[in-house]
Amino acid sequence: MAANTMARSFLQVAATEEAAPPLRVVQIEGLVILKIIKHCKEFSPNLVTGQLLGLDVGSVLEVTNCFPFPQARVVEEDEEIEAEGANYQLEMMRCLREVNVDNNTVGWYQSTLMGAYQTDEVIQTFLNYQENIKRCVCIIYDPLKSNQGVLALKALKLSDSFMELYRSNNFTGEKLREKNLSWVDIFEEIPIKVSNSALISAFMTELEADTPVTQCDCDRLQLSTSPFLERNVEFLIECMDDLSADQQKFQYYYRNLSRQQAQQQAWLQKRRTENMARKAAGEEPLPEEDPSNPIFKPLPEPSRLDSYLITNQVSNYCNQINGVAGQSFSRLYLTKALHEN
Amino acid sequence: MAVTVSERTVLQFSPTLTAKVHPLVIFNICDCYVRRPDQTKRVIGTLLGSVLPDGTVDIRNSYAVPHNENSEEVALDIEYHHNMLISQQKVNPKEVIVGWYSTGLGVTGCSVLIHDFYSREVPNPVHLIVDTGFSNGEGAIKAYVSSNLSLSLGELKQAVRPAGDHQLPLAAQFQEIPLDLRMVEAERVGFDILKKTMTDKLPTDLEGMEASMERLLALIDDVYKYVDDVDEGRVAPDNNVGRFLWDAVESLPKLSPAVFDKLVNDSLQDNMLLLYLSSITRTQLTLAEKLNTAAQVL
Repeated sequence: MAANTMARSFLQVAATEEAAPPLRVVQIEGLVILKIIKHCKEFSPNLVTGQLLGLDVGSVLEVTNCFPFPQARVVEEDEEIEAEGANYQLEMMRCLREVNVDNNTVGWYQSTLMGAYQTDEVIQTFLNYQENIKRCVCIIYDPLKSNQGVLALKALKLSDSFMELYRSNNFTGEKLREKNLSWVDIFEEIPIKVSNSALISAFMTELEADTPVTQCDCDRLQLSTSPFLERNVEFLIECMDDLSADQQKFQYYYRNLSRQQAQQQAWLQKRRTENMARKAAGEEPLPEEDPSNPIFKPLPEPSRLDSYLITNQVSNYCNQINGVAGQSFSRLYLTKALHEN
Repeated sequence: MAVTVSERTVLQFSPTLTAKVHPLVIFNICDCYVRRPDQTKRVIGTLLGSVLPDGTVDIRNSYAVPHNENSEEVALDIEYHHNMLISQQKVNPKEVIVGWYSTGLGVTGCSVLIHDFYSREVPNPVHLIVDTGFSNGEGAIKAYVSSNLSLSLGELKQAVRPAGDHQLPLAAQFQEIPLDLRMVEAERVGFDILKKTMTDKLPTDLEGMEASMERLLALIDDVYKYVDDVDEGRVAPDNNVGRFLWDAVESLPKLSPAVFDKLVNDSLQDNMLLLYLSSITRTQLTLAEKLNTAAQVL
């Protein structure tokens, strides 16, 4: 089965050298989902990461297996740890290849706390991966949200325009307006499909319990959501603080810029009057610009990347609150109806 | 002397040993079976997990080990097994070897050799057999432990070799132990997702909520029908079910309507407050962004 898809994708790649179709769907196997859940749950509340293996077929990215990374220990010598990490990865991939697992890295997964995953490190990791593989995806799993009965699994990708901009490391307002890039465009979420082999499907059908109500339902119908909401709001408040600090930075910059412009104008005026006086006296007019004067030094515009990331974060929290609040409404109406009866 | 005594206790095998298997193990085994090289007929691998304080073996993870086998002998890639074990323990040092698995139907002669090998690593390995061929029309998952059959005490004294820990094994009897397939994690993910060969979309929060409520409604309908039937005498009343129902109804909190209404309304208002706050924040974000990037300085 794996061999056939491999042959197909090889032919595809050989035939169409140019534009790879855009990534439309991520197809994950049930096995990978269970592995990710197990790994993230075991180590929560610590954050963990792991590697995804699979195949890249046309506009579908198939994820067929994964393995976890060991905990990164906080230690002094960085090189040793890096070498150890790389060794572990190589060893795992070699072992998995011997049992015919797809030996192709397609991305990585990480667990997150309350959806706070928009950091600079994620972007850096994306760029690192992008150098070696053409298409990579990051899967985010939130173990806390999953306790509410929702499978909180997301597949993310950096948008292409953002990547180009990041490489040039130029985040000024003009550039962003040029590219028409706003904070929603940084991360693209890709829909997930779940696939299972026929064998496992047969097993699961047989092993499915006959109980009419499953653990999942018990989680969903739980009335107490306030701890989750409280933490969400706490994080939201912190983020808003960060955002306002960022805004203040911008205001400071703008103020400085306008002050500098005023100074420049004043200096220019002075120069002009001087020149007029000189012309009257018959001397050489002085140049109207003076690059060595410190008031002409262009002020660096602060990068907007941070504010974009924070904005993303805030919007994420808001969405989560909306979702949970919506669910709570249904539950509360249910209880009301129950009591009336 | 001491050795023969321990043989005796092995014979009276403790029947209370049970094993718990997590769904991930089954998934792993099936995946390895599907990906096995074409010549091999079955897959063999190691089971990882832990032994809980009450003696049950908790099987949480597994990995396949390449092997060569023909009708007489079997060769297991021991180095691979050790390498994988070291790698897995780097991630999760609490998981240790608790046994091994194989696909196929019954215990074959070669299994004894493999079981022997594993019993050198762990004192009492559990042997899990997963019937991927679905013979007998069902996919059987069974767990076994082996006990060495030996002769009675008198003859054993003569058969004892002073050197080495093993007795002269006459036969190994694989006794089936009760297996508990804990599907809690699978239930959490949702059997629909894990059962179908292709799910096009992960259900969103509200869809999941809807599904749960429908199930609850169906359950309540069933209970109503049952109570009606008992009332009319169509079905013989079962005291246990009656007691469960009574407990369920009792567990509704006894609050006066006014207090209850106030509770519910308060919660509703809290939720609305949060919704309002989050909407405001979102508006603020869009505004801020427009102002930031639209500001023309020069």
